Amino acid sequence: MKEIALELERRRAAAELGGGQERIDAQHQRGKLTARERLTVLLDADSFEEWDIFVEHRCTDFGMADKTVPGDGVVTGYGTINGRDVFVFSQDFTVLGGSLSEAHAGKICKVMDQAMKVGAPVIGLNDSGGARIQEGIDSLAGYAEIFQRNVMASGVIPQISIIMGPCAGGAVYSPAMTDFIFMVRDTSYMYVTGPEVVKTVTHESVTHEELGGAVTHSTRSGVADGSFDNDVETLIGVRRFVDFLPSNNREKVPRRDSGDSVERVEQSLDTLVPNNPNTPYDMKELILKIVDERDFFELQPDHAGNIVIGLARMGGGTIGVVANQPAVLAGCLDIQSSVKAARFVRFCDAFNIPIVTLVDVPGFLPGTKQEYGGIIKHGAKLLYAYAECTVPKVTVIVRKAYGGAYDVMASKHLRGDINFAWPSAEIAVMGPKGAVEIIFREDRDDEERISARTEDYRQKFANPFYAGHRGFIDDVILPRHTRTRICRSLRMLERKQLKNPWRKHGNIPL
Amino acid sequence: MFQKLLIANRGEIACRVIRTAQRLGICTVAVYSEADQDGLHVELADEAILIGASPVSESYLDIDRVLQACQSTGADAVHPGYGFLSENPRFVHALDQAGIRFVGPHAQAIKTMGDKIASKQLAASAGVSVIPGYDGVVNTAEEAIQRAHEIGYPVMLKASAGGGGKGLRIAEDDRECREGFRRTRSEAATSFGDDRILIEKCIREPRHIEIQVIGDTHGNCVYLGERECSIQRRHQKVIEEAPSPFLDGSMRRAMGEQALALAKAVDYHSAGTVEFIADGEGRFYFLEMNTRLQVEHAVTEMITGLDLVELMLRVAAGEKLPLTQDEVQISGWAIETRLYAEDPYRAFLPATGRLTCYMEPSVGPGVRVDSGVREGDEIGIYYDPMLAKLITHGRTRNDAIDAMCGALDQFCIEGVMTNLPLLAQVMAHPRFVRGQLSTHFLSEEYPDGFAVQPLDRAGQLQVAALAAVLNCYKRKPGPEPASGNPICRVVRIEDESFDTRCTVTGADYRVQVDGVRFVVATDSHRGQVQVAFTIDGNPFDAQVRSDGFRYRISHAGVESVVTVLRSEVDALYQLMPAKELPDRSHYLLAPMSGLLVSLSAKPGQKVRAGDELAVVEAMKMENSLKAERDAIISKVHAMEGQVLEQDEPIIEFEQKTQ
Repeated sequence: MKEIALELERRRAAAELGGGQERIDAQHQRGKLTARERLTVLLDADSFEEWDIFVEHRCTDFGMADKTVPGDGVVTGYGTINGRDVFVFSQDFTVLGGSLSEAHAGKICKVMDQAMKVGAPVIGLNDSGGARIQEGIDSLAGYAEIFQRNVMASGVIPQISIIMGPCAGGAVYSPAMTDFIFMVRDTSYMYVTGPEVVKTVTHESVTHEELGGAVTHSTRSGVADGSFDNDVETLIGVRRFVDFLPSNNREKVPRRDSGDSVERVEQSLDTLVPNNPNTPYDMKELILKIVDERDFFELQPDHAGNIVIGLARMGGGTIGVVANQPAVLAGCLDIQSSVKAARFVRFCDAFNIPIVTLVDVPGFLPGTKQEYGGIIKHGAKLLYAYAECTVPKVTVIVRKAYGGAYDVMASKHLRGDINFAWPSAEIAVMGPKGAVEIIFREDRDDEERISARTEDYRQKFANPFYAGHRGFIDDVILPRHTRTRICRSLRMLERKQLKNPWRKHGNIPL
Repeated sequence: MFQKLLIANRGEIACRVIRTAQRLGICTVAVYSEADQDGLHVELADEAILIGASPVSESYLDIDRVLQACQSTGADAVHPGYGFLSENPRFVHALDQAGIRFVGPHAQAIKTMGDKIASKQLAASAGVSVIPGYDGVVNTAEEAIQRAHEIGYPVMLKASAGGGGKGLRIAEDDRECREGFRRTRSEAATSFGDDRILIEKCIREPRHIEIQVIGDTHGNCVYLGERECSIQRRHQKVIEEAPSPFLDGSMRRAMGEQALALAKAVDYHSAGTVEFIADGEGRFYFLEMNTRLQVEHAVTEMITGLDLVELMLRVAAGEKLPLTQDEVQISGWAIETRLYAEDPYRAFLPATGRLTCYMEPSVGPGVRVDSGVREGDEIGIYYDPMLAKLITHGRTRNDAIDAMCGALDQFCIEGVMTNLPLLAQVMAHPRFVRGQLSTHFLSEEYPDGFAVQPLDRAGQLQVAALAAVLNCYKRKPGPEPASGNPICRVVRIEDESFDTRCTVTGADYRVQVDGVRFVVATDSHRGQVQVAFTIDGNPFDAQVRSDGFRYRISHAGVESVVTVLRSEVDALYQLMPAKELPDRSHYLLAPMSGLLVSLSAKPGQKVRAGDELAVVEAMKMENSLKAERDAIISKVHAMEGQVLEQDEPIIEFEQKTQ
């Protein structure tokens, strides 16, 4: 017994050293933490329960027989974040470059399977050179086992990927199927094929950072939902994010009551919308002023800035915010913003998170670039997502709600539960001037008549009352009362019951 | 008394005048430009009338439009506030003609005092002490030197039409005097179209001290003590106080009586201010007389208990002054700080934007706020950047300073940069506390530009204790935090680290910071920017902002960047490499938001260090942007006429290849 205990201690110590002190130092030199250090930051103190430190790979080819390291390059188990269980796997770059073997994949699958049984999130910390080539197809089989589990877990438990080093080739597709991807600036990158292959195939010369760095994916591609300056800030950021999430699709997020009263009046919102309807303003000010404790976790802040998405709380419960941003591209819907918001709406719906939609949208962005890019199908994704979702939907039309975009943005017609409008709301098929130039085509060259008719049209539609007559909005509210009115609606909607007809699954225009 | 008073001004002074008028039962009319249609003064007044476009020349400075506004609203009197038309004899004349009463002195008094030479001569003949040698225009360099000998070096040569530090030179000897005269004169001719040059003694350790006077149309005139306004930047006052820590009874009486003599010499019948400059040895000399209500009149009101606007209205309506000189009582000490929308770290360049958060300190006995803005207002580029005045009153000067420090900590402003840190730092500055003031205070104390004095050890311990508590109320929200085990965290303020233990006990927090014990209490909740704490029973107000990882805690003008982490996490955080900011040295950036009025640059153009590349205008000020070194322009990012955000790139230069 004593001998076994000593052996256990020895093995544990060996496992904890991973690839050895030299490689740990090298990892630190690169500005990166080790797999275990990362879990220290991510999880509550002393909460980590590690599994499978004795697992080793079984490959004997290419001299691998004597290259075994206990744990085989990934640290797995579970722990808590602010007291709530999460399952984790953290790839260890110091062990064979964090490469994925059959055994390594098996460890990951084990935590995923257990997470599904108990209904708790899985957080993957990716830092891996890719497939363990020496194992050949066994390694690829390992990836596929993970992919299949990612898909089965989708919509059942939240899955978060943190990219903290290389993640290339097939390895990218596991994070791609999780709900959220966060990246570390300057020390992480993701791509399907690396710069060397790109160079040979297309003769493009591009750096790792340009091709798949955190900045690339959080601004251009939209693959990443957020990026942070270093490992510690990233992991603390994810802790904060997890606080907003439910553990699975059957549980609610724990309420967090606060001293921030739902009756708080924000007088300054009365002047948020400028007098000139074409002057931009910052929609984020509205978001920060209506949510609990100014606490808004924005997702994809640097990508498709014309729509703002993220999680917050109102009246203690988590909500998803979707808001047009007039400060970027006038807040129009285009391919990128539609896709960005559509996926978020579906996430919220899958996990019973009510959606608050703030509308100031002049329409869809015109142009060949958009049409050739398939705006019809991409725009339809957002429409589909809103129409399909059954969670509580509260909508506030802040200023413009024009054309098809009005329908899309959680309108009454798409089963919006509560639809408010500010006095500055303009709900119409298009802007007054454009409308008049079509209706009164014959007067097009008569500036005076056009401007008189524009004024008529403005009188009729550039206010919330016409939509009010038809019951398309439930009430016109003063901007300062927005928080209170939304919070009351959300409280009333807590017991909302709505089911879509049975089907295998719908056919969203992918 | 008047029936209806039109206030020909905007901002805080318009609001301040409206409040007194309403208390006296007078109907008020505000005038406003297009930019001010949602202004606070428009909301407060009983009536408001649009008088033109946003530029002042098309609205607040347009005599005809203001006059029309009076006539169309039936106003029988106009209060001009300060600035704009307040010292314009033509405006007074126009009102006189229209039978509308101007709440201020008569046109002749304004005219006389508005002329530096005439006012100087009048002052001298009234027995007011004037700066030696200042007795008229000097016409030649030789004459200047001769005068300099009479006065004694150092001397100051200045353009008669100059002001605000423009067209001014100091000479220490004959050579500098000759050279200075020529240059000042040619500058005066080109800049002001008036080449009259004055010579006067240059004052060492100058202090700006002024006497408030008020007279009526019945020949009565009193002085209401002095104000010291030595803390200035760009020749504009920033901090004022009354009384002056420099004056004793006899000097006060001497200045007061001279001010009265001057007021009587021009038959003055309103509120006015006689400005003096005093030197280190207590000699004082007449500078000029301001024939209007001053920005800093509030400190005089606080120590005399009078309402100067009310007195102005009464005397303008023909009433007698309600008090004699013997009845003027000075009690306690008052200090005023002016809150400007400007960047104190960048040579006080004006700042603009939307006031997304604007919370004033709670007013009460000893704390007064005169402001012209409210949360949600847009601070534009058209007008003076002063947002508000904060005035505190105490039994002693130290009491007033303490009250000011406390009140400044309660000022919460977001969206627009302000000089708040500067005000708070000056209040805590030992030299200011000693009362050792000079008009060169800021340039002497901050020779390389304003910088915040880092926290001392005691201050850091307090901020660390606060951060430890913030971290707990983050975990245990709600008004009644549950008691529990101590939470141990490493608090890091920049490079200093502190071991903290925080225990929640009932409504209090017991905190140890490196072994030093504090009891902290608060009703503030997570997410609140303006927080009110007590530390060991003493109030501690601060602004707290969090980005989810670090707190930024502002107190006493110092912003501390703070992390609160478990000790093992803090140790790992120390391994993280410092990130360098992207290099933007090859860009010419807009130093503040404003209008790009001219741009002289083309791609490919070679420029020399010192060449003017662009001019950005904000708040009526043109700022010339020059090339810092020889370079080649690679790209032009902005166009003339464009409104620029702060730090927006205007020109990109070719980068030197390594």
